[in-house]
Amino acid sequence: MKDLYRGALVRLTNESPEVLAKAFTKWNQDTEQHRLADDDPAQLWSEKKLKEFIEKRAENNSKSFRFSIRILEDDKLIGGVGLWVASWTHSEAWMGISVGDRDYWSKGYGTDAVRLILQYGFLELNLRRISLGLHSYNERALKSYEKTGFKMEGRMRGEGWRDGVHYDSLWMGILHEEWFAQTGARI
Amino acid sequence: MLDIQTQLFEAQDVRFGPIDHETHPEIESKWTHDAEFMRLFDLKPARPLSPAMVKKQYEAIEKEVDEDKNLFYFTIRTREDDRLIGKAMIEWISWTNGNGFIRLGIGSPEDRRKGYGSQALTLLLRYAFGELNLYRVTAVVPAYNEGALRLFRKFGFMEEIRRRKALNRDGEFWDLVSFGLLNSEWRERNNGRG
Repeated sequence: MKDLYRGALVRLTNESPEVLAKAFTKWNQDTEQHRLADDDPAQLWSEKKLKEFIEKRAENNSKSFRFSIRILEDDKLIGGVGLWVASWTHSEAWMGISVGDRDYWSKGYGTDAVRLILQYGFLELNLRRISLGLHSYNERALKSYEKTGFKMEGRMRGEGWRDGVHYDSLWMGILHEEWFAQTGARI
Repeated sequence: MLDIQTQLFEAQDVRFGPIDHETHPEIESKWTHDAEFMRLFDLKPARPLSPAMVKKQYEAIEKEVDEDKNLFYFTIRTREDDRLIGKAMIEWISWTNGNGFIRLGIGSPEDRRKGYGSQALTLLLRYAFGELNLYRVTAVVPAYNEGALRLFRKFGFMEEIRRRKALNRDGEFWDLVSFGLLNSEWRERNNGRG
């Protein structure tokens, strides 16, 4: 059996609310980070409110599979990745990832975490497809998703609106047969 | 041009109205016993609902309208006899980005192919663009729903995303098609008036 939580550079963990709230408090102050990862307005929440939010969302986890990302080398917590099952009957989930600590961008950590979450989705959840959306200006994410096997499926025109600019969002997907073909895993 | 004399909720043969908690549950319960309707309207597994369950759903909808402020829900009725024939909604609105998702359905087969859906969509788009001031709307349609594909193409929606094999029904895989229409495109089609 594979070690599902361990990649080449990072591992997937589950952190207690105190630890996550502290990390989010720091990461949320970096608005570029927020605006790359999310389409909600950037906000600053107290550590207390974040902790309560994290505790509350953990109660309802039958369709969400959230992990934190830690570097193998020094065990540093750098971000989060997860799958949100859109439908068990259609075996589809949405994927989301953010590397909150900008010192760890462009070093392959995020891509390694994406590889792990795809493996988790296809080997443990037995999904048939995994989908994601990203801002058209997030070139780093696009490269990472292309590298991990996602295929472009469309573009929503002007879906986002920031700094007075209406920009597109991009939508990608990977089917389980595509993932198996590229990883060489046996079905 | 401001056009407040033209009613937002009235078309030629249909109009929008609120939910009627007394009479609508019986009617909608009948629709849910038609698996075909459920599969055209929703991606969730079809299941028949009792009038009591429909009533609960209405309460949940009104709670969501009240608390989340990102859902607008209308019942579609015939103007002639105020009969409930369908529902229409704008949901998951992102106010900061100016977009929302639209969805509408005509409940019983006898009421389909009579132009009611087109009239309801006309009302829904005017509401989304003229009243809510959205920048764009999105409509997500299973590739097997040919009536809906035709309807949105007729209204000038552009096919923007095709999520490959996103649906599994009757042992077959179907794409999920996502259509978009911009406020500016809608305005142009209506000669600037909406």
